Amino acid sequence: MNKRIFLDPLFKNNPVSVLVLGICSALAVTVKMEPALVMALSVTLVTGFSGLIMSLFRNTVPNRIRIIVQLIVVATLVIVVDQILKAFAYDVSKQLSVFVGLIITNCIIMGRIEAFALGNKPIPAFMDGIGNGLGYGMILVIVSFFRELLGSGTLLGYRIVPQSWYMGNGGFYENNGLMILPPMALIIVGLIIWIFNAGKEWSK
Amino acid sequence: MDNKIRNGNLYTFLYAAAIVIVVAAILALTAQVLRPRQESNVRTETRLYILRSAGLAGGAYTVKDRNAYVEKEYNRYIKDTAVGPDGLPLFVCTLEDGSKKYIIPLHGTGLWGPIWGYLALDNDFETVYGAVFDHKSETPGLGAEISKEPFSEPFRGKSLYKEGEFVSVSVVKGGKAAGNPNAVDGISGGTITSRAVETMIRECVIKYIPFLKHE
Repeated sequence: MNKRIFLDPLFKNNPVSVLVLGICSALAVTVKMEPALVMALSVTLVTGFSGLIMSLFRNTVPNRIRIIVQLIVVATLVIVVDQILKAFAYDVSKQLSVFVGLIITNCIIMGRIEAFALGNKPIPAFMDGIGNGLGYGMILVIVSFFRELLGSGTLLGYRIVPQSWYMGNGGFYENNGLMILPPMALIIVGLIIWIFNAGKEWSK
Repeated sequence: MDNKIRNGNLYTFLYAAAIVIVVAAILALTAQVLRPRQESNVRTETRLYILRSAGLAGGAYTVKDRNAYVEKEYNRYIKDTAVGPDGLPLFVCTLEDGSKKYIIPLHGTGLWGPIWGYLALDNDFETVYGAVFDHKSETPGLGAEISKEPFSEPFRGKSLYKEGEFVSVSVVKGGKAAGNPNAVDGISGGTITSRAVETMIRECVIKYIPFLKHE
């Protein structure tokens, strides 16, 4: 049971490619792989623990203010983690600072709390959160892989396309400028959704 | 719990009040407890940037206790913090061979928030000896690249002057700066941040120029 809760969001119910949640941040942080990985990790932790906490309180939260309570829990979690990082891992926190707002407003977090954590026990809620965070992170990493490779010729900051290939150095190659711009993220996400759906058709 | 109580007004009010108080306490406590450490991290970082603009303190990213290392290096090289024009700060860095570099702090506005940096000048006050930049919230992978070396390194050796006139250093479209002593390559996709760096350098340095030339 727990295994299914954990694995479903990776492929069968992927939050980005199937539920189409969290697209906004997929645009912002996928130009390079490094920020995409940081974002994927942070969102995974936050979906996991916010699911766990909300599930613990699920029988006490008044219905009418449950969205506000969820928001407070998520925002507090993110801010406390950011404060701790600022004190003990300053470099990581500097990388993360830009993402704090993006993590809190990520629709996957609220979506999973509403749809799952409020109606399930803490452990499954935690697994569901981690699974969804990883499903989201997987798409982010795939998108950023192609955008960084084709847009900048590097991966994780390391040069993949040799300098001598470039037109400027007498070669034949040029980076694709469109890859760096936000629309390309949507196009790649679209292609991934297409491949996922086509795969489902074939396996029937 | 009984649904009627749980959805009643009184319970809702009390619940909201309780959660606000608890959360406020948690946040205030974390902020208070961690503040001294955070502040010393920020001070170390400022000093590290000043040193890095003059090409120093290269070991800071591998050393174990960065705060102590930076403190030591800073006291070794930055012996003089002169007061510049209008009370603006100016850092004087004395290298091991005795030559002096003048470090000007920069502040500006990026696309989403503040950007800042330090520009080190040779003692002809025309040639850039080095530069570092940083930002609060520029777009990762685009504008945020100004804080990385591929962007800041080309500033080294550029001139603020052209035929005796102050022209500052321009940030031009990527790939167009080759051979131009007054320009560096900008970041593709990060045009607004690149331009902001250019504006920041011009506006901050121009205040210092009459002062430095006069000295």
